[in-house]
Formats: sequence, structure tokens, C-alpha cells
Amino acid sequence: MDPALCATAWKGDQVTHVVAVGASCTPLNTHLYSGCGYPSPSIVDFYFKPIFTIGNFHFDKPMLLVLLTTVIVVGFFWAAFRKPDLVPRGIQNVGELGILFVRDQILRPQMGKKGDNWLPFLSALFFFIWINNIFGVIPILYFPATSRYEYPLILTVMVWVLYMGIGIWKQGPYGYFRNMAVPQGAPLWILPLLVPIELFSNIIVRPFTLSIRLFANMLAGHVLLLVFALATWYLLSLSIGLVYSAVSFAVLIALTGLELLIQLLQAFIFTILTANYIAGAYEPTH
Amino acid sequence: MYHHLAVVNPPLTGNPLVPSWTEVIWGGVAFLIVFVALWRVLLPRITKTLQDRTDAIEGGIERATAAQKEADRLVDDYKAQLAEARHDAARQREQAIEEGARIIAEKRHEAEEEARRIIAAAHSQIDADRQQAFASLRAEVGTLAVQLAGKIVGESLEDEARQSRVVDRFLADLDASQSTASGARSSS
Repeated sequence: MDPALCATAWKGDQVTHVVAVGASCTPLNTHLYSGCGYPSPSIVDFYFKPIFTIGNFHFDKPMLLVLLTTVIVVGFFWAAFRKPDLVPRGIQNVGELGILFVRDQILRPQMGKKGDNWLPFLSALFFFIWINNIFGVIPILYFPATSRYEYPLILTVMVWVLYMGIGIWKQGPYGYFRNMAVPQGAPLWILPLLVPIELFSNIIVRPFTLSIRLFANMLAGHVLLLVFALATWYLLSLSIGLVYSAVSFAVLIALTGLELLIQLLQAFIFTILTANYIAGAYEPTH
Repeated sequence: MYHHLAVVNPPLTGNPLVPSWTEVIWGGVAFLIVFVALWRVLLPRITKTLQDRTDAIEGGIERATAAQKEADRLVDDYKAQLAEARHDAARQREQAIEEGARIIAEKRHEAEEEARRIIAAAHSQIDADRQQAFASLRAEVGTLAVQLAGKIVGESLEDEARQSRVVDRFLADLDASQSTASGARSSS
């Protein structure tokens, strides 16, 4: 069988979960020395066949996962804080731990005590991102919805609108953009160079990096796990491939641990940068 | 190969940065639901509880401090009262001992006086009785001697039997006269 055709069919049929093409190479029978090539993961693995479709509305797996995140986060905090006790018990302890983590590790260092009003927004942001990220290593689900650019994008748009709006409201339109573009103490002759860079950096680069950082980390993490998960299965054959497969599996386990860490870290970074940007909108940071 | 993927969400362009607006809106709505639930409903409850807890702990500490002060004050009071009571008791004991000693001395003195007085009265009584006895004896012994002598002279004292009979009779007479004499004295 033609290896190129085989790989294409493989992707078309299974990895992408999209269309079935009549082919003899499927992920289940594709192994080392079987004549089919390694079905390497690619960007098409991030597109799913809709679970159902209503007109132009295609409900797919990432949307289901985001819905699940909403249910989990709201459900968890509902269970924890529905009837809070002065002396916390059980799940309330866990909920308080989470909220106080956001408050004491993210909000307070960036915004101080006067930023406490932002606790609901930052908590929602942190747990929404984190739970979506975690789905990347949860068996059966195995997909971080945040590796689809739409989700980091909409969160970033909200954050951008918030910090621009607050900056203009608190410092005035002129004051805000002047504080943003003209760092204090900068010599006059460098301003023609500095002002465009600062404006570009603060207005365009900032939201772009904020969303891309989260999206790209999750995408790369998912691809990494896919590479070793597919390799473990692909290399599994009654040959030297058995050893390769075992090594690949061990690496997969190790990377899953690493991913858990990165998922938490990316949620943390996204939230702490948001807190930083909003705090900067209240008062000029320069 | 992408022509197979016309129905995916979003239409597959090969560029992951091109968003599907359906999913953008979906994600935004999902996030807003989480945010509003936390903002309007759940976090106010827990922040209120946290505040109440802080107040309760601070109030508890204050109350405990106040109670500790009160207890310290009471202990001091009690100690002072106890010391005073001990002092009082010691003083009263001292007083009682002194009083007792004084009473004992007084009573002993009185008793001695009484005894002396009784002894003196007894002595004077005895003296008076003796004088009286002497007086009456002196009179009676004279009479008796005269009577006895009369009897001895009136009868011959021949034998021993008669002699003793005489003496016996005399003594019986003496007894009779004595009893009438004493009866007369006691009735007088």
C-alpha cells in the first residue's frame, strides 16, 4: 500500500475524527512493520466532527468540554459555598483553599487589598482556564479546550476591554495613553521611537501574547502527548518495537505529569497577568 | 486532503489562529456564566463568611483577654481576702487565747477565794461546835461524875459482877439522858 495514501487515510479517518475514507490503515491496525507509516499528529487533530448540528451551529467536542467546565466550576463552588459555615467542613475547606489561593497568590500581590473587588473575575478566570486545561490529561476527554484559539481569544478580548476601559475611565483618555506611551524620565529625543513601540506593545502585543501563550502551550502539550500516545500504540508489535513502545509509554506518563504542572502554571500566568494589567489601568505603572 | 473536512467547526483552513465565531461566543457565554455565578451568588457568601470568621476569632480573642483580666483581678482579690482572713483568724486566735488565759486566771482566783472562804467558815464552825461541845460536856461531865459517885457510894461494891452491873446501868442511864438532852437541844 502506498505509505502516503495510508497516512492520509489514517488522519482522515481517525485522528481527526472527521471522515471515513475506505482504507486498510486504521489507528487500530497500524503498527510498526505493518506497511503503514507512523500516523503523526498534526493540526487536524484539533478539529472535530460535530456531535450534532443545528443549521449553522455545529456542536463539537471542545464546546462540550467548555460546557462541562462551566458545570464543574459552578457546581463545585455551589456545593462548597451554598451554605457556608463559620467553621468550614469538607468541600467548603477545598473551595476556600482555591479562592484564597487566587486572592493571596494572584490578586493581592498585584493589586493589593483594594483590588479585592476583582476576586470574582480573577477566580472565574483562573478556575475556568485551569479546568479546561486539565481536560488535556483526563482519561476519555483527553483534550484541553484552551488549545482551541477561540477560548483564550474571547477571554483575552474581555480582559483587554476591561483594562483599556478602566484605564480610560480612571486616568482619562489622554492621561491613560500618555502614561502608557511616555515612560517617566525618558529623554525627549528618544520619544519618537519609544511612543510607537510602547503603544504597539501595550495595545496590540499584550493581548496577543496573553492569548497565544495559553493557546500555544496547550496546543503543544496536546501534540506532545499525542506523539507519545500514538507512538506507544504504533510501536507495539512482536518485535524490538515492544521495547520502543515501553519507553514511549514511560515518557508519556512523565509528560502527563509535566502537563499537569504546565496546565496549572498557564492558568496561573494568565490570571496573574490579567491582575497586573488591570492594576496598571488603575494607576500608571511607570 | 482537507476537502474532506468541510463540515468541521470551524471550516478547516489549516491556520489554528482563525477563529470559529460560534465557539468564541460559546466560550464567552460559558465564562460569563461562571463569572456571574461567582460574582453575584457564591463569592459574596464566602467572603461574608470569611469576614464573620475573622470577626469571630478577633472577638473571641478579645473576649478571652477580657476574661483573663477579670480572672486575674478576681484571683488578686481572693488572695487579698484570704490574707486578710488569715490575719483576722490569727488575731482572733491570739485574742481567744489571751481571753481564755485571763478567764482561767480569774476563775482560779475566784475559786481559791471561795475555797479560802469555805475553809475559814468551816474552821469557825468547827471552833464554835467545839466550844459548844466543851461547854455542854463540862456541865454534863460534872453532873455525871456526881451521879456516878453517888451510885458508887450508895451501893457496896462487893463483887465484880455487881460492880459491872452498876457500870452498865450507869452507862444505859447516860445513853438515855444523852438522847433526851440532844433531842431537847435539836428541838430548841
